Amino acid sequence: MVDLTSAADISQGVRSGAVTAGQVAEAALARIRKADGVLRAFITVDRERVLSRAEAIDRLQPGERAKLPLAGVPVAVKDNICTRGLRTTCGSRILGNYIPPYDATAVARLEMAGAVVVGKANCDEFAMGSSTENSAFAVTRNPFDLGRVPGGSSGGSAVAVAAGMCPLALGSETGGSVRQPASFCGILGLKPTYGRVSRYGLVAFASSLDAIGQMARSARDLALLLQAVAGHDPHDMTSSREPAGDYSGALSGAVRGLKLGIPREYFGAGLDPGVKSAVESALAQLEKLGCELAPVSLPHTDYAIADYYIIAPAEASSNLARYDGVRYGYRAEGAGELDDMYRRSREEGFGPEVKRRIMLGTYALSSGYYEAYYGRALKVRTLIRQDFQRAFAEVDGLLAPVSPTPAFRIGEKADDPLAMYLSDIYTVTANLAGIPALSVPCGFTSGGLPVGLQVLGPHFREDLLLNIAAAYEQTFPLTPPPLKV
Amino acid sequence: MGVTREEVARIAGLAKLRFTDSEAEAFTAQFQRILEYIEKLEEIDVRGIEPTSHAPAAEGEQGSPMREDAAGTSLPEADALSEAPDGAEGHFRVPSVI
Repeated sequence: MVDLTSAADISQGVRSGAVTAGQVAEAALARIRKADGVLRAFITVDRERVLSRAEAIDRLQPGERAKLPLAGVPVAVKDNICTRGLRTTCGSRILGNYIPPYDATAVARLEMAGAVVVGKANCDEFAMGSSTENSAFAVTRNPFDLGRVPGGSSGGSAVAVAAGMCPLALGSETGGSVRQPASFCGILGLKPTYGRVSRYGLVAFASSLDAIGQMARSARDLALLLQAVAGHDPHDMTSSREPAGDYSGALSGAVRGLKLGIPREYFGAGLDPGVKSAVESALAQLEKLGCELAPVSLPHTDYAIADYYIIAPAEASSNLARYDGVRYGYRAEGAGELDDMYRRSREEGFGPEVKRRIMLGTYALSSGYYEAYYGRALKVRTLIRQDFQRAFAEVDGLLAPVSPTPAFRIGEKADDPLAMYLSDIYTVTANLAGIPALSVPCGFTSGGLPVGLQVLGPHFREDLLLNIAAAYEQTFPLTPPPLKV
Repeated sequence: MGVTREEVARIAGLAKLRFTDSEAEAFTAQFQRILEYIEKLEEIDVRGIEPTSHAPAAEGEQGSPMREDAAGTSLPEADALSEAPDGAEGHFRVPSVI
């Protein structure tokens, strides 16, 4: 029986010849077959493709295979990240049959590192949502409580890792879509610095916020995954030329003397008592490890959701104009003339939340409202960014909850978009400021639901965040309740 | 600021979307609530604040570096047309414009 929980161990085993990539792939496919009928983490699993990729790893000369940091490691890829020849739907009917003619850079780099894409993970349509309920394909279930959501929008990626189908996953973040599902599912999730990981081949939602994020079950694996995908890419003009760090090398576990800020605005009204208590225990534990905790203030936090829900929909309304039934994607049948074809293709192809955000964004950018909404939102974004700059002049990093509540019930917020938006309150700030942030599991509520601790840092300090997570999880290992599947 | 059904229809036209009557009704109410919420930004005095319009570049990082003006390879025509709902003879075909 192949253990699918550690990418480092799988890679080591495949490189040394203790196990073949084919055996690992079979084990992942078997786990998916057993669990995914209920959990619905994946939209597409192409068994033949998976086995043939694994076989290619096994056919390499041992010396070549030994150079692959992710040799034979199965990885789930969110279905808004392009995979050449493998259907990429964005969880949307409008791309329901879309087969990309190219790979996202992050996917190409994973495969170059020896990883095997095991399937395309379910997500909210165009990554718009916080529960994965907005997928046109299926509702993904939380493996700790099948009546609850896994979070979103990268819910399928989180469940694939949490349920032991594969040790690593790529997701994407625009306002918390990796960190929040990671916290709901008891795994680690990282949103890197804006520009750290190429977005070539990530289907655009809000281009000034979008990032490809990483998910794993340990800081060590998260570092391996980030290392494989980080670094400059000429195909993405927003990709940074700042050299990637040595993320695995940064995991010394030494955190003594670090000064970590506790932003008071992240512990106010609306924070679930179970979440608060788990996060506060984690803070005390980090203090025991020698971190110095200091209260800080990020005074514009209360405006972040309003700011985000102007900027992200405004950019989305522009980005999603490309789905017009002309070059790719769904085209409505039988339209009489061009304008009718556009409107009918979009009416039939997009789901309600995507339409809502296109409408909001179009409204915010329309003549007469532009300055009042979008213009003002860009200035408030500057203030939110300056809040972090001031904080990082005083402290090395920040500690906070990821989400104000643990995983909520399926359907609980489905008819109340604003309530759903407000669940992103502690995560959208990092996207607006462009800084890195991660979620590391820090306990469980009395009801047995996972809770995540958020660690935020200055631009390009993923090494610091990963090391804090590593020190924490190594010293205070958790005992999760059993999964339901 | 109140949003009317007519306003919603006008925005839908700009966005090339369409809603049935019952959808438009539910949507107008939700839209109204969301707009009321985001109007809380009006509480902030933003005079003299520079906008952050593009992605925030990290401290010390130049905005968007320019690349050399040289032609690179792009998708072959057949690949670019492979997903077109109606592609023919190297073109995307659409219904009549008028």
